[in-house]
Amino acid sequence: MIKVTIDDVEIEVAQGTTILNAARQAGGDIVPPAMCYYSKLPGTGGKCRTCLVEVAAGSTADPRPMPKLVASCSTPAMDGMIVKNKTSERVQTNRGGVVEFLLVNHPLDCPICDQAGECHLQDLGYEHGSAKTRYREERRTFSPIDIGNKIKLHMNRCILCYRCVAVANQLTDKRVHGVLHRGEHAEISTYIENAIDNDFSGNMIDVCPVGALTDQTFRFKSRVWFLKPYEAECGCDKCSGKAVVWMFGNEIFRVTARKDKYGEVETIEDKTAWICNDCRYDKKDPSKWNLIGPRKIDRHSVISQGKYATKNDNNPKLIR
Amino acid sequence: MARKLLIEHAAVPGITTYEVYRKHGGYASVEKALKTMSPEEVVEEVKKSGLRGRGGAGFPTGMKWSFLAKPEGVERHLVCNADESEPGTFKDRYLMEKLPHLLIEGMITSSYALGARRSYIYIRGEFMYILRILEKAIAEAYANGMLGKNILGSGYDLDLVVTPGGGAYICGEETALIESLEGKRGNPRMKPPFPAVKGLWGNPTVVNNVESIAAVVPIVNEGGEAYAAIGIERSTGTKLISTSGNLVRPGVYEIELGLSVEEFIYGDDYCRGIANGKKLKACVPGGSSVPILPHYLVTKTAAGTDRLMTYESLADGGFASGSMLGSGGFIVFDEDQCIVRNTWNFARFYAHESCGQCSPCREGTGWMEKVLYRLEHGNGTLEDISLLEEINKKIEGNTICPLGDAAAWPVAAAIRHFRDEFEWHVKSPQEAQTRNYGLIQVPLEA
Repeated sequence: MIKVTIDDVEIEVAQGTTILNAARQAGGDIVPPAMCYYSKLPGTGGKCRTCLVEVAAGSTADPRPMPKLVASCSTPAMDGMIVKNKTSERVQTNRGGVVEFLLVNHPLDCPICDQAGECHLQDLGYEHGSAKTRYREERRTFSPIDIGNKIKLHMNRCILCYRCVAVANQLTDKRVHGVLHRGEHAEISTYIENAIDNDFSGNMIDVCPVGALTDQTFRFKSRVWFLKPYEAECGCDKCSGKAVVWMFGNEIFRVTARKDKYGEVETIEDKTAWICNDCRYDKKDPSKWNLIGPRKIDRHSVISQGKYATKNDNNPKLIR
Repeated sequence: MARKLLIEHAAVPGITTYEVYRKHGGYASVEKALKTMSPEEVVEEVKKSGLRGRGGAGFPTGMKWSFLAKPEGVERHLVCNADESEPGTFKDRYLMEKLPHLLIEGMITSSYALGARRSYIYIRGEFMYILRILEKAIAEAYANGMLGKNILGSGYDLDLVVTPGGGAYICGEETALIESLEGKRGNPRMKPPFPAVKGLWGNPTVVNNVESIAAVVPIVNEGGEAYAAIGIERSTGTKLISTSGNLVRPGVYEIELGLSVEEFIYGDDYCRGIANGKKLKACVPGGSSVPILPHYLVTKTAAGTDRLMTYESLADGGFASGSMLGSGGFIVFDEDQCIVRNTWNFARFYAHESCGQCSPCREGTGWMEKVLYRLEHGNGTLEDISLLEEINKKIEGNTICPLGDAAAWPVAAAIRHFRDEFEWHVKSPQEAQTRNYGLIQVPLEA
């Protein structure tokens, strides 16, 4: 076990833990935001640079500070390391810079985006972004494409976190889902717009931190904050069958995996509870689900106003 | 004229063939190393020579070699980085085109020192004709027993493979190069783990520039100490400099490090001064990614001493008044050149070549390019100049690989030294479109 100090909080973690995971073990507001790192997916992290932190002392053995800000999601913590996140002015300005970069080409279509309300970029923009843009040029634009008949890809909204690529890499070794082109023109795409032929391809929607990959069965049906999430399960033989169903009255509008406060799919009984495409797209009949109880949501901005966490009745009052 | 260790025989007719190269003392280092030296002794000689990486960063090659992890039963690799794509740099192309056997000789000796049994030359896709030259030379080396099984009866086996890239600048970054060599998209990897621990196919790997590997040949032939005697301080040996721009005689020169910049630009043995009797305006001494120097800082440092062609002297004064030796792409601008246009051109290159993996580089380089385009074409504002500085600061140091820094430095330096010219482009856009700003009016002591 090693001891690491993040923003004056001392944490004891196992050898080899990254700074970000050490911070998550402690919890609270010392946790750096992460747009691309996904602890359940190997090979993610290091790309978005929102989790940059300042290392004021490398370790007990070598207490020199690190000259550059480091990506906390991929830098292992060392014994005696002192990390500054919230308390570092430099981290805050540079994170603001990263958010500005992410928003340079991101369209302001939150009012019509299905991800609005549970979007990580929205949260990040709220916390670190400025109210005005300094970008005067035209934004890059793409036409939305269909990845199969269930997933819609809005490349305009994509921040190229590569999470969906990591999902695809887990599902198939054929490399049908990846990134085309370079630099600003880089885009997520599939081999001649083919969908990955796999029962778990829908999980790409769950890992997407923005509204680039959306569920075709839910698109434009409702805003997420009008729906009431319930923990539910069904005896699915393909996946864990443990999901969250988003209901409006007695109607299921959409089904997602159970996500923790960092937006990652939860680990249930030592397994990451990914859900299969059947559960996600086809089981919209409440009789097929066994509702366990209301889902507690925290952290996310719009839906976490405490409304749903306290109400426990079956007929929530909805604001139209 | 200084001694030439690398390109002495470049002009010999037929030097690209094995026979002629051998007649001119070729493959002596292979014989010497494999027959009389242990791999550790070769590494020791390279360490003694003080050879620093010629690809741009200037990291001591011997030290890099000694960092290579050597676990039992795991293959090790040497990869030659021939993906030379930095604007202004064309020394490796010259070396490989004229002396393919020198690179192969260096690869054999270096691979022996590192214990690599399978080595790679990763060559830029645009150099397809050089790939053919190298493949022919490799075939000759195989036919003459310099490659393959049991080289020169020493029991050492080596296979050498030359692979073309797709022509992406980013694949000159060592981890992106490794990814590309493995057949993947050329995105730089996160470090650590460093390639010396986990590189190509997950094995310990050393990636070296063409010129660094070629320099191992004279080091082994003449000994590390003799090599270290050339040059001054920590800049030892000779270096290929590719010069371009408004010079009387641009081209590739092999210089002894420690030569003064003044002698190099104006000397009769070298570039012979600025073309058409014009005046020097600015100079980029090490390829497009290093900071640009205004005329009053080219031949003299800010402290007033002579500036020399060494890693230390060119970097004298830090980024405030210095630059870097980089990869040796020496670009010279005369009084008629437009700095804003040049900066925009460089920015356009980096925006085009950014891999798009991490956000500051992907969005920042494109943004800078657009702002500079606006400034150059007369649509800029004074705020744009400070905006560029801000974007710069947010990119620099925040990216996965050094491409972000390389994109930010030239823009930052151009604004630092030529702010007047940027402001002139904003204030008199019509004039800026029709004529150039000319020599910047700065007192020599500035």
